[in-house]
Amino acid sequence: MMLLQMDVAFIIEKLILITIILFGSLGIAMYATWGERKVAAIMQDRKGPSRAGPFGLLQPLADGVKLFMKEEIIPDSSTRFLFILGPCLAMLTALLTSAVVPWGPDFQLAGRTVSLQVADINIGILFIFGVLSVGVYGVMLGGWASNNKFSLLSSIRAASQAISYELAMGLSLIAVIMMTGTLSLREIVAQQHGFWDGGFTWIAFRQPIGFLVFLICTFAELNRAPFDLAEAESELNMGFHQEYSSMKLGFYLFAEYINLFVSSVILSTLFFGGYNFPFMDAVQGAVPEWLFVIICVMVLLTKAVGFILFFMFVRWTLPRFRYDQLMKLGWKTLIPIALINMVITGIVVLARMK
Amino acid sequence: MVIQEALFWFLTVMAIVCALGVILSRNPISSVLFLIATFFAISGHYILLNAQFLGIVNIIVYAGAIMVLFLFVIMLMNLNADTEPQKNRLIQFAGVISGGILFLVVLAAMRTVGGTAVDHTTTDIGLIKNLGKVLFTQYVLPFEISSVLFLSAMIGAIVIGKKE
Repeated sequence: MMLLQMDVAFIIEKLILITIILFGSLGIAMYATWGERKVAAIMQDRKGPSRAGPFGLLQPLADGVKLFMKEEIIPDSSTRFLFILGPCLAMLTALLTSAVVPWGPDFQLAGRTVSLQVADINIGILFIFGVLSVGVYGVMLGGWASNNKFSLLSSIRAASQAISYELAMGLSLIAVIMMTGTLSLREIVAQQHGFWDGGFTWIAFRQPIGFLVFLICTFAELNRAPFDLAEAESELNMGFHQEYSSMKLGFYLFAEYINLFVSSVILSTLFFGGYNFPFMDAVQGAVPEWLFVIICVMVLLTKAVGFILFFMFVRWTLPRFRYDQLMKLGWKTLIPIALINMVITGIVVLARMK
Repeated sequence: MVIQEALFWFLTVMAIVCALGVILSRNPISSVLFLIATFFAISGHYILLNAQFLGIVNIIVYAGAIMVLFLFVIMLMNLNADTEPQKNRLIQFAGVISGGILFLVVLAAMRTVGGTAVDHTTTDIGLIKNLGKVLFTQYVLPFEISSVLFLSAMIGAIVIGKKE
C-alpha cells in the first residue's frame, strides 16, 4: 500500500536524478583517467595521450573498448563466485556514496519543491562511513579469491590500511559534527551558507587541523600515492587485481576513479561549503532561479575537480611510503592529532554555549 | 503496512537462512560471508524499527570492522583439510550440553517477555538524538563503566600481544 500512496512524480524525479548522477559520475571518472595521464605527462615533460581525437580526448573510450574486447579469464584455482563478486562490490560501493550528497539547492518546478539530493537521511555521514567500510570487501574478496599470494598480500595491505585510517578519519569528523551539531550532509552544507558572516562559514577554515587529517586519510582510503602500497609494483607485481582481465579489471580500475571523484565531492561538501560560494545571496537576487541552481552545481563540481587535480599532483610528486611508515603515521600521528583536535573543539563548543 | 510486512519477512528469512549458513557451511570463508549477510539483515530490521543509527552502526562496526579482521585471520590460515584439528569427542559432547543449556535459558527468558508485541511505528528511540540523550542522562553510569571495560580490554590485548 505504501508504494501506491507514494507520489508518482516523486519517483520519476528521483529516477531522473539518480540517472543523471550515475552517468555524470561515470563520465567524470572516465575523464579523470584521461586527466591523470595528461597531468602525469605534463609533470614529466611528456605529451601524454594525443592520438585518439584532439588532445587525446577519445582515449578513455578507446581504453573502455579495449577492456571490453579483451579475453575474459577466470583462473582455474580461483573461487569463482567470490572472484566475480569482488569487482562487483568495488563498483557498487563506489557508486553508492553519491546518494547522500546534496548537489545543489532546492528549487521550485511546476509547483513542487525539487531537492537535488537522492536521499536526505539524517545520518548522512554515517552512511558514507558504512559504505566505506563495506567497500573494503571488494578488494579483500577479489584478492583472496584469485588464489595468488601477491594478490592476497596486496589485498591484506589495502584492507589493513583502510581500517587504520578509517579511525583517524572518523575522529577528525567528530569535531566537525560537534561544531555543526548534525549528521545530515544537507544541514552541514546549509550551515556553510555564503563564505563570510563575520567569520568564515566554510568548515575548512574553522577546523583546519580536522580538514588536514581528513584529507590525508582520504588519500589512504583511496589507495592513492603516497599511500598506494596495495599496488606497489616493485614489491607485489600488480596488486590485488593481478589475476583479473577484461572488464572485471576495468571495474576495479574504474571504481578507483569513481571513488576519487566522489571523495572529492564529499571533501568539498564537508569542508569547502558544498555548493555555496561567496556573494551567493547577491547572485541569487540577480539571476533567474534555474540559472542560480546551475551555478551552484557548477561551483560544487569545480571544487571537486580542484580536489581531483590536487590528488593527481600529489600522486606524481611524492614517493611512496614504506609500510611501517604508513602505519606509524596513521596510528601514532594522525589519531592523537585528531583526538586532541576533538577535545579542543569540544571545549570551545561548550565555552560558546555558556 | 504491506510493504513493511513483506520487508520484515524477507529480512527474517534472510537472517535465519544466513545464520544457518554460518554454522552449516564447510568453508570458513563462506561462514564469515554468511555472517556478514546476517548482519545486513539485522541492520535491515533496525531500519524497519526506525532505528537508522543502530542499523548503520551495526554495519560499520560489525560488518565493516570486526568481520574484516575475522576474514584477515582466516585468509592467512592454511585451510587444507589435513591441517584441520581433530575434534575431540568429549569437547563435542560438552559443546552440545552447554549449547542446550544456553538455549533453555534463552527460551525461558523469551517466555517471560513474550506477548508484548514491538510497536514499530511510533518508537523513535533508535534515532541518534534520542539515543544520545538517553545514554548520557538515564544510563550514563553503565555507559561509562562499559567504556572503561572496553579500555581495559584493549590495554589487556596490547599487554598480551607485546613481545617480551
